[in-house]
Amino acid sequence: MFNIYLSGVGGQGIGLLSEILIRACDYAGYKVYGVDTHGLAQRGGVVESHLKIGEDIYSPLIKKNDADLIISLERTEALRGLINYSKKDSKLIFYDANWQPLFVRMGKDTEVSLDLLSNECKKRNVSCYRIFLDTLNDPKMQNIVVVANIAKKSLIPKVEIVHYENAIKDLLSGVNLERNLKLFSEMFI
Amino acid sequence: MKLLEEMLLKKESFSEIVMGNTAIVRAMIESNTKVITSYPGSPTPEIAGAISSIPLEKRPFYFEFSTNEKVATEVAFGSSVNGNLSAVFFKSVGLNVAADSFVQLSLLELIGGMVIILGDDPGANSSQNEQDNRHYAKLSYTPIFEPSTPQEVYEMYLEATELSKKLKMPVILRLTTHVCHAKQKVDFGSYNTIENSFKSDFDVSNGPYIPITSEVFPMKEKALKKLDSVSEYSQKTKINKVFINEDNKRGIITYGGPYLSLIDVLKNSNKKPDILKLGIVYPLSEKIIVDFLKSHEEIKILEELDDVLEKEIIYLAYKNNLNVKIIGKSSLEDWLGEYTPDKVEKVIKNLWPDLISNTDSENFEEIYVPKRPAQMCPGCGHRSAFYAVKKALKDKDITVADIGCHTLGFLPPYNMGQVLLSMGHGNSTAAGLSIHNKERKVVTFIGDSTFFHAGLPGIINAIFNKHNFTLIVMENGTTAMTGHQDHPAVGKNFNSDTSSISIKKVLESFGVKHIAEIDAYSQKKLIDTVREFVEIEGFKVIIAKHPCMLKFTREQRKKGVFITRKVRVDKDVCTLFYECIERFACPTFQKDSEGKIYVHEDLCIGDGSCMQTCPSTAIKPKKESKEGEK
Repeated sequence: MFNIYLSGVGGQGIGLLSEILIRACDYAGYKVYGVDTHGLAQRGGVVESHLKIGEDIYSPLIKKNDADLIISLERTEALRGLINYSKKDSKLIFYDANWQPLFVRMGKDTEVSLDLLSNECKKRNVSCYRIFLDTLNDPKMQNIVVVANIAKKSLIPKVEIVHYENAIKDLLSGVNLERNLKLFSEMFI
Repeated sequence: MKLLEEMLLKKESFSEIVMGNTAIVRAMIESNTKVITSYPGSPTPEIAGAISSIPLEKRPFYFEFSTNEKVATEVAFGSSVNGNLSAVFFKSVGLNVAADSFVQLSLLELIGGMVIILGDDPGANSSQNEQDNRHYAKLSYTPIFEPSTPQEVYEMYLEATELSKKLKMPVILRLTTHVCHAKQKVDFGSYNTIENSFKSDFDVSNGPYIPITSEVFPMKEKALKKLDSVSEYSQKTKINKVFINEDNKRGIITYGGPYLSLIDVLKNSNKKPDILKLGIVYPLSEKIIVDFLKSHEEIKILEELDDVLEKEIIYLAYKNNLNVKIIGKSSLEDWLGEYTPDKVEKVIKNLWPDLISNTDSENFEEIYVPKRPAQMCPGCGHRSAFYAVKKALKDKDITVADIGCHTLGFLPPYNMGQVLLSMGHGNSTAAGLSIHNKERKVVTFIGDSTFFHAGLPGIINAIFNKHNFTLIVMENGTTAMTGHQDHPAVGKNFNSDTSSISIKKVLESFGVKHIAEIDAYSQKKLIDTVREFVEIEGFKVIIAKHPCMLKFTREQRKKGVFITRKVRVDKDVCTLFYECIERFACPTFQKDSEGKIYVHEDLCIGDGSCMQTCPSTAIKPKKESKEGEK
């Protein structure tokens, strides 16, 4: 069994990211079960997705501190995911977008720093991968950059590049598919 | 790309990864459901999302978004008594709106069959309460099927339609949020479409269909007899399952989502109690329950939300003189929230600690992670409206919230909307707040979809009884919060173009004397009008209009005509007054480590609604570019 916890901010594309991973795992021959928090009630708020892979999976929901892999599209959410879902030796990969929450913007809370995040990872013995692509113009494609890096670093055992590509092909079409596949393959150069 | 449409219509059997809400649409097609209605509400609107993937001319059934849940229920009912298998779906609290007609259904002969799909929301993820709609089953003599997984959603819908057609009675398929949204590979069957006969089978001799005075008793008797036959059916159907783990001492009775959490939690345990998983949670099969009780010494009822099963089962044990210990809820906490694996582990560990192996997790020093409340989107007209209304009102004045994206106005820094009951309550709650009140102005908000859903009676009451408050209609041209469904003012329904019902004209025809329609971005005009209107005695309406910018930008992107616009903060002019951050509060404006303001490029859509709010005019438009350029 392998548990993946995903998080981000409503509007960042967590839904597509989780759908790609589910399908990629299916192509790799795994049994998969997942669930997202949907709905525009969550816009601008935290969006989560849980994904379980392997035999012996029943509830789609992961227990606290029981994720093997934590994926986040935003820095503050990466920290929240780490604290709530990491266990010893889990891995964290996050895209370093920084969408300040309301009370940080209003000066009532302190912004989460990269130092804080990396210290908390060390304390927990969690390997941390920060992803940020300076040349990326379209923030809607940050999720594809993350998928490519998950593939590159083999963060989900036995799920290979071709499985991710097939999943992307299942879900997108036309220009959108071309742009995303191009970006995906560029990440391996 | 795998096309949802092709998959849903495929005649042959196949397997595909889908969420529960999509699986149900395939079941509707396989079962030849002919009429489906709804009002959008989380966690169910993705059912309509899947339906919309099938072009109208290929759709093997009629679908509409009705104006509210009661109307939707009545349309589905009318179709059923005319011989069409029908279904209606909506969220948990939608059943309260539908209730007046819903409670009648079991008294009547539904010759075509009818399934009511409920999206209950344990955990109140996107609802104003976590009401347990199983209570309605007893009140209305209606059976409930409750699936755990997308596979079961599909299978139980099929079985519910068969039972409903056979007994000509309504059947509820009760889903919960994470059953609606769970995704797994589902095995679907094959089907043959039965072509529409366009016949009208409505016949009073199938009835009676008029429940009045003495007619009610035979109708009620029939409803109760049908319920008895469901109990018998419940005994035979395979959707109630017993899992024997050779524990003749302890057993657990559960169902739906909590069942999945339970087996998840017990999977590493070497001692497992026997489990009775109920697929039909109302009415219970007395025989199944009594047999299970008899063969154990202690029974745990593992039940999310209220103690519905617990009470029924204790009654059955008493009635059958059984000497078995029945353990239900033990604390208030057991009544709250979703029964996730974490929650179920806690419940079981408290009761039978030997079943749960201890996991040694390390404890770390607690750190605070900033909370992230949901926000109105960049460019949202509601933000501009709230910003203006707040400026126009005095601190002591009262603002009434309603349901929609604009409910978020209650958050800082706007704090607009201080009390909320339900869809469309605002006008009537505001009326009550204005009675015997000469010192505080009352202002209430309503969205445009809610205006038609449940807003009209309160508005008419305000005119009829000459109430004294100001209504602000937050008109964004869509039902935004549930995913942009069209409503009666849009000029389009789910299937085609239709005449648009103008909110302004409706109000004019009611005889409302003071109506102003203002673009929500026009700050000065909006502020002045609010100030003017609250001073006028009587019922006044301001329509604060601006299209939903999320919908607008999405459509532009789809059409390929999207132009990337951004604003920038001119650092030479900015006086760090923080109006944009602390009072207008568009999420686009962020502060760097030195306290300087910057525009977040991922978020800004360049709508410019912010520019007029900056006292030092430091917010300026940036050069335009096509999508993808920087």
